[in-house]
Amino acid sequence: MAEQTALGIQSLQEAAIQAVAQAADATALDQVRVRYLGKSGELTALLKQLGTLPPAERPAAGQAINQAKDAVQQAIETRKSALEQTALAARLAAERIDVTLPGRGQAPGGLHPVTRALRRIERLFANAGFAVVEGPEVEDAYHNFEALNIPEHHPARAMHDTFYFDAERLLRTHTSPVQIRVMEEQAPPLKVIAPGRVYRCDSDLTHTPMFHQVEGLLVDEQVSFADLKGVLYDFLTNFFERDLKLRFRPSYFPFTEPSAEVDIQCVMCDGDGCRVCKQTGWLEVLGCGMVYPEVFRHVGIDPERHLGYAFGMGVERLAMLRYGIDDIRLNFDNDLRYLRQFR
Amino acid sequence: MRFSEAWLREWVNPPVDTQRLADQLSMAGLEVDAVEPAAPVFSGVKVGHVLSVEPHPDAAKLRVCSVDVGEDAPLQIICGAANVAADMKVPVATIGACLPGDFKIKRAKLRGVESFGMICSASELGLAESSDGILPLPADAPLGEDFRAWLALDDQCIEVDLTPDRGDCLGLAGLAREVAVINRVPLTPVAIEPVAPTTDERFPVQLQAPEACPRYVCRVIRGIDPSASTPLWMRERLRRGGIRAISPVVDVTNYVLLELGQPMHGFDLAKLAGEIRVRMAGEGETLTLLNGEQATLRADTLVIADAERPVALAGIMGGAESGVGDETRDILLESAFFAPLAVSGKARSYGLHTDSSHRFERGVDPELQVRAIERATRLLLDIVGGEPGPVCEVSATEHLPRPTPLHLRAERVARILGLQLPSETIEDILERLGMTVERCNDGWQVTPPSARFDLVQEVDLIADIGRIHGYDLIPVSHASSASATQSDSETRFELDRARLALVDRGFQEVITYSFVSPEIQELVEPGVETLKLANPISAELSVMRTSLWPGLLQTAVYNQARQMERVRIFESGLRFRFGSEGLTQTPGIAGLVVGDRLPEQWSQKEQGVDFFDLKADVEALLTQTGAPASFRFVPAEHPALHPGQTARVERDGQTVGLIGMLHPALAAQLDLTGDVFVFELDLAPLTPGVLPRYAKISRYPGIRRDLAILVDQGVSYEAVEQCIRSAASDLLRDLILFDVYTGQNIETGRKSLALGLILQSSSQTLTDEIIDTTVGRILERLTAELDARLRD
Repeated sequence: MAEQTALGIQSLQEAAIQAVAQAADATALDQVRVRYLGKSGELTALLKQLGTLPPAERPAAGQAINQAKDAVQQAIETRKSALEQTALAARLAAERIDVTLPGRGQAPGGLHPVTRALRRIERLFANAGFAVVEGPEVEDAYHNFEALNIPEHHPARAMHDTFYFDAERLLRTHTSPVQIRVMEEQAPPLKVIAPGRVYRCDSDLTHTPMFHQVEGLLVDEQVSFADLKGVLYDFLTNFFERDLKLRFRPSYFPFTEPSAEVDIQCVMCDGDGCRVCKQTGWLEVLGCGMVYPEVFRHVGIDPERHLGYAFGMGVERLAMLRYGIDDIRLNFDNDLRYLRQFR
Repeated sequence: MRFSEAWLREWVNPPVDTQRLADQLSMAGLEVDAVEPAAPVFSGVKVGHVLSVEPHPDAAKLRVCSVDVGEDAPLQIICGAANVAADMKVPVATIGACLPGDFKIKRAKLRGVESFGMICSASELGLAESSDGILPLPADAPLGEDFRAWLALDDQCIEVDLTPDRGDCLGLAGLAREVAVINRVPLTPVAIEPVAPTTDERFPVQLQAPEACPRYVCRVIRGIDPSASTPLWMRERLRRGGIRAISPVVDVTNYVLLELGQPMHGFDLAKLAGEIRVRMAGEGETLTLLNGEQATLRADTLVIADAERPVALAGIMGGAESGVGDETRDILLESAFFAPLAVSGKARSYGLHTDSSHRFERGVDPELQVRAIERATRLLLDIVGGEPGPVCEVSATEHLPRPTPLHLRAERVARILGLQLPSETIEDILERLGMTVERCNDGWQVTPPSARFDLVQEVDLIADIGRIHGYDLIPVSHASSASATQSDSETRFELDRARLALVDRGFQEVITYSFVSPEIQELVEPGVETLKLANPISAELSVMRTSLWPGLLQTAVYNQARQMERVRIFESGLRFRFGSEGLTQTPGIAGLVVGDRLPEQWSQKEQGVDFFDLKADVEALLTQTGAPASFRFVPAEHPALHPGQTARVERDGQTVGLIGMLHPALAAQLDLTGDVFVFELDLAPLTPGVLPRYAKISRYPGIRRDLAILVDQGVSYEAVEQCIRSAASDLLRDLILFDVYTGQNIETGRKSLALGLILQSSSQTLTDEIIDTTVGRILERLTAELDARLRD
């Protein structure tokens, strides 16, 4: 009997393990488990029959059955894990995608190249402690001209190609009137830049009737032309991110003295001479000077006590040099194929 | 101001080449605009002598000339010019010569007769735009000499773009002085000797407006030879100075203008009645000018008149009637000083700009007039002969600019330039510039030369010291680049951040002109008063925008016309409107979208943008204030927008902006394809924002209850939301609208709203009882206030 029992257990275990191995998926495996190890499973039934054995055989038989159950359970676990691995691998295989397909959703837009250059200018001057101020674009003749020492009929006024509304009101021809407005409202020390739109009645290949300038003004008790050279040298080398040669060329603005135009070594040809610099190797990029005493008198600042410097630059000019743009008019056509290049 | 380098070098000849000379001028503040050769490249042209001229046997218009060019035998040359004549001296391009345009002269046969060269016209040599016949040379031109060398054509024309303060350099003399100063070389001015009068005829002058004209110098010259012509050397210098030769009298006055900077005028003495009166014009007087136009004069205009009528616009242009003509035998030369303020703006007001007005506006040396008239007399007598009278000078000395000494402080020089210069250097610079310098205890008393109208204050002298010493030698100081931090409000609405937010949401920034066409302005904002330019570039750019929409719409039209159907753009800038307090210039930001919601792609169906897409963009901007809940979208109307899809954005009852769909009729009128949506916000009401303030995060779980309610179509979601929020007490953490439905199974006139209520307490875990009570209260209020019902 004992042998017979042992044989039965042995074959049952083998049959169960074979069935486990043959189970193709989790459902089939569970059916195998129920068939052998379930409440009324075949191995469970053997255990229930232990009572029918002679008492002396029971411990050995019981141990054999439990060993068989453990072995089958172990096989099921192993098989289950294997099946899960297979299923996961299959899922992963099925979920393979083409990662080179384009991403979904909104594509980013971009800033206008002029704004892009303006932000850069503003940031560089902010680093040097210049605050941003703004002024009106429809100006009066006083702030745009007279207060800047450009009386009516001054030859410099004729050079401005002014847009007028009536005898008094005009579109500002430069950002310099913001200097006046700031000095009227605030006491020195002053350290500001004034970016914005300006207007000239001029429209051809190289001029648009509207463009942008950034004006700078510093007023304090100890300010010299040497300081002006320093701040512009720092700005221009930082703006173009390279060590540039600069030259300060004596010039004339009615509201500064001494005055200078600042040329940089041509950034297109490194000063060798090209179409952009008209073979001179130099590019004129801004005008500057020490605030003229008459301007201080107009705003009630004592020119004996205070000195100041001012500078003004064309933003389109700087943007065009920085980004290699060859036609100023592109900036106001607003062709998306142009604008998108500055994202 | 344009001049011949060779001419300048007669005055001052520094040991520097042309390029260096040009750089020196630019770096002295006299910006060189161009350096151009005086003549194009050519070679092999000689001075020839026409010995005989015979008709061509087979061509009526051609002549067969025999020309001596200094070689063994004369050359036979065929010439087609009508003015060729025996005994003329002419420029001859010999065989092997190369003329401008790489035109090589070869032996040729014209209608069967051989030609061994070409007699040249001025234009063939690149010396004139066009010419009438061959160029006659003076009888003393050296036979056989190289033409180019003889006329010194290997010269450069230098063009300086002078700033308005440097009127003193509008003559060769002034420029030469600057070059001498820069190079520390001597100046050799042209010698001007007084011309002794051979008659004693004077012409009476009355200065009736002495402030405007404090000095008038004139001289009678009788019996000039009207057939004389201006010598080639003078014509060449004028040409290289950009001035066309006309007649000896005009050419001489122009020559003196170029040389000394003194504008002059020649009258036909026979046409002047009685005397010269320098006076203000009578209002409405007329004068026909040398350019043929008739000017109607204003009383603010200074004129030169005779006893009867105006004969010249003082300092601007002479009159046609009294001008020197082909028959003129007696002339009156004028050399006057007109005060800059009396002349400035006047030429422009008559639509004129002349070499004369250009100089008088900037200031002509008041000490120059007599010297100039002596110089002109000498030159003129040498050309046309005649009997000069004495120089008549009438001056109102009290109105002449008086040289005023300026006080220059040494300390101030150092402080402004940021450079300590030795006193000797400063004095040396000033003296070289022609100033009188006297030491005083803290500096100097400096008297500028009479030609320097730009030196009126101490700082002007300092600028000149810096300029001549060299801006390059002023140090670079970084003292003003460093700075302390500045105040910066954190609740200020940042335009820059708003721009970037829109960029990240797929918008492209554009910048359009602030002036637009009245047509589109009227379409977008009908009846709104605009600010109009008095002198627009064109009608298309003639009124100031009152809204950013016209520019955005035109940009959309421009791009759609170029196959870009999907447009997402924004702009920020000022709008110009009239309010109760007059013109306002208010900053705003506006956007436009048209076309598909997303760029065309493989994974999403194409779907056109709608109101709510753009509303999300606007809400993203409003969120930057930190107080998005303070904004409301209120149904509104606007003439440019769809009446059913327009909202006014309000903050605390104040209008912040508008959002809506462009009216389909307007879109069609503008040829825009697709539904267009626009918004515009004022920037000012977006400030101040609200600083974030931390609130504790609840430790207790949130519970979600979903409700589907039916309300009338006319009930706004805003009303539903407000009702729920006020009924829910502070337990409502969040409210989610997850469906809006009309149609099947919903009775007509009603809509279904599906809402997710997230309830959470900060002090306890919510019990079913509390939740049921809260939801029940919300439903009751919805029913009572909005006639809402739970959907089955």
